[in-house]
Amino acid sequence: MTLGRTSPLSGMMSSPLRGPPPRPAVKAGSVALRNVSKTFSNGTVALSNLDLEVREGEFVSLIGPSGCGKSTALRIMAGLTAPSSGTLEGGGGADVGFVFQEPTLMPWATVFDNVWLPLRLRRMSRTAAASAVLEALALVGLSKFTGSYPRELSGGMKMRVSIARALVIEPRLLLMDEPFAALDEITRFKLNNDLIRLKAELGTTVVFVTHSVYESVFLSSRIVVMASRPGRAIDDIAVPAPADRDEAFRSSPAYVETCRAASLALHGAMAEDDYL
Amino acid sequence: MSAIGPASVIANGPAFEAPDPEVPDFEASVSARTRTARRLAPSTLLGYALPCGVFAAAIAAWEALVRFNDIPPYILPAPSLIGATLIKDWAILFNATLVTLRTTVLALGLAVVGGVGLAVLFAQSKWIERSLFPFAVILQVTPIVAIAPLLIIYLSSGTAVLTCAFLVAFFPILSNTALGLASADHNLIELMQLYRASRWQGLVHLRLPAAMPYFLGGLRIGGGLALIGAIVAEIAAGSAGQGSGLAYRIVEAGFRLNIPRMFAALVLISFCGVVIHVVLAALSHLTLRRWHDSARRKGI
Repeated sequence: MTLGRTSPLSGMMSSPLRGPPPRPAVKAGSVALRNVSKTFSNGTVALSNLDLEVREGEFVSLIGPSGCGKSTALRIMAGLTAPSSGTLEGGGGADVGFVFQEPTLMPWATVFDNVWLPLRLRRMSRTAAASAVLEALALVGLSKFTGSYPRELSGGMKMRVSIARALVIEPRLLLMDEPFAALDEITRFKLNNDLIRLKAELGTTVVFVTHSVYESVFLSSRIVVMASRPGRAIDDIAVPAPADRDEAFRSSPAYVETCRAASLALHGAMAEDDYL
Repeated sequence: MSAIGPASVIANGPAFEAPDPEVPDFEASVSARTRTARRLAPSTLLGYALPCGVFAAAIAAWEALVRFNDIPPYILPAPSLIGATLIKDWAILFNATLVTLRTTVLALGLAVVGGVGLAVLFAQSKWIERSLFPFAVILQVTPIVAIAPLLIIYLSSGTAVLTCAFLVAFFPILSNTALGLASADHNLIELMQLYRASRWQGLVHLRLPAAMPYFLGGLRIGGGLALIGAIVAEIAAGSAGQGSGLAYRIVEAGFRLNIPRMFAALVLISFCGVVIHVVLAALSHLTLRRWHDSARRKGI
């Protein structure tokens, strides 16, 4: 555990990861979608005039019914999909970590090699990358499993490897697309706590897509509620709690009240859906 | 709402310290595996003994059939006579085996280089694949026996035999590898895109490892086919008066009505086939056992 360090990133910042940092137009950890629309080639309108600004250090959750374009918004921020119109500011660079809904590990590679991958693609040798890889694995509590193969791990552990792989490049922006949706509730609670701690420790900006109101309230500093057909943002709810919250927050009045507000907004979003 | 009420509050504390519910789980599954292996030991022994016993019994029945019915050796030689011929003609037959094996291994090696190389080329562009795939299919569907006489006219007989063996081994390796290269996890492909991986990096770090199980499947098929291709081509070339492989010895012995030697050569061909199969199966198992489901103990 490295909880006692003054700055968790200081040890890794000096590593020969990158050349001189590029000068982005917006602050490194912030990302913004300006009037973004996305229409797929089959004619489906996934997003319509979405404005979304995430400031450095924020933890923003996107919630909404299926098909509201929250994953599409995230993929645009990652640079995996280009918007049909509108602009993306920040995001999309080599500084972005992305966690998929599935762990998406290479089954033929050990835990170490899976986490090494992003650095390896930057032509860092195994020895040069070792300290950063081991540090990322320590952050997610998997130091003992460096030599294991993905199939030997539980679902929760695989997801931790996936998170370690996203963290190994020291991202300023971490994008997570329903990362815990496939996990059981106990594992999910545990990983939620871990994510809160990592966020407090690393200060990374996080954009988190989820279906769960409770998860979004517990994790976020701000919740953006989206509606579908066409995908757009309909509400923006601030969560009145410090970033370094703990389990006690789950039973606090502020939590209950925010869950209520977010649920109401979500019901509003779903009431607009013609299929309900 | 009630599900996340106070009742489900988890004790506070540094959460990542030990993934307790998961670690024992992992260790339990490992020790369970070794326990199962130990318990299975006697039945594994039986698993080897049974087929060996049945095989020995079949040979004994053959021997008995020939002896009791006084079948002449030029119609059906007894296994004991085949064994004796194998020893008597060892010098000729062993050399012939080496010739055939060398052709097979060389052809398989060329098929691996050519098949994997072309599959990688196909993976680079749909247009290259579209333009070249028909040729591969035509070569595949045209029976090698029909091509062999032509090749023997155009090429020296050694090269012709090698080419035939190569042609039949080539296609399964090409098509399997191409399929494997195309079936890499799409999320991993996006991950590569996200990390700005070059085409070459994507190939080396993602597509080639993902294609490995498919390639090894193709290699196992190709290994068997290379031997068959070599034998077929040797027979075609042998009748033209050239060659000294096992199939040539069979043809030659047939002309002389030396039936026991035909059988002895046949035994050696089968033996070569079995060796190729076992070696490639072992290679496949060793490569995949740590990560691929095909190398797991069968469940159903």
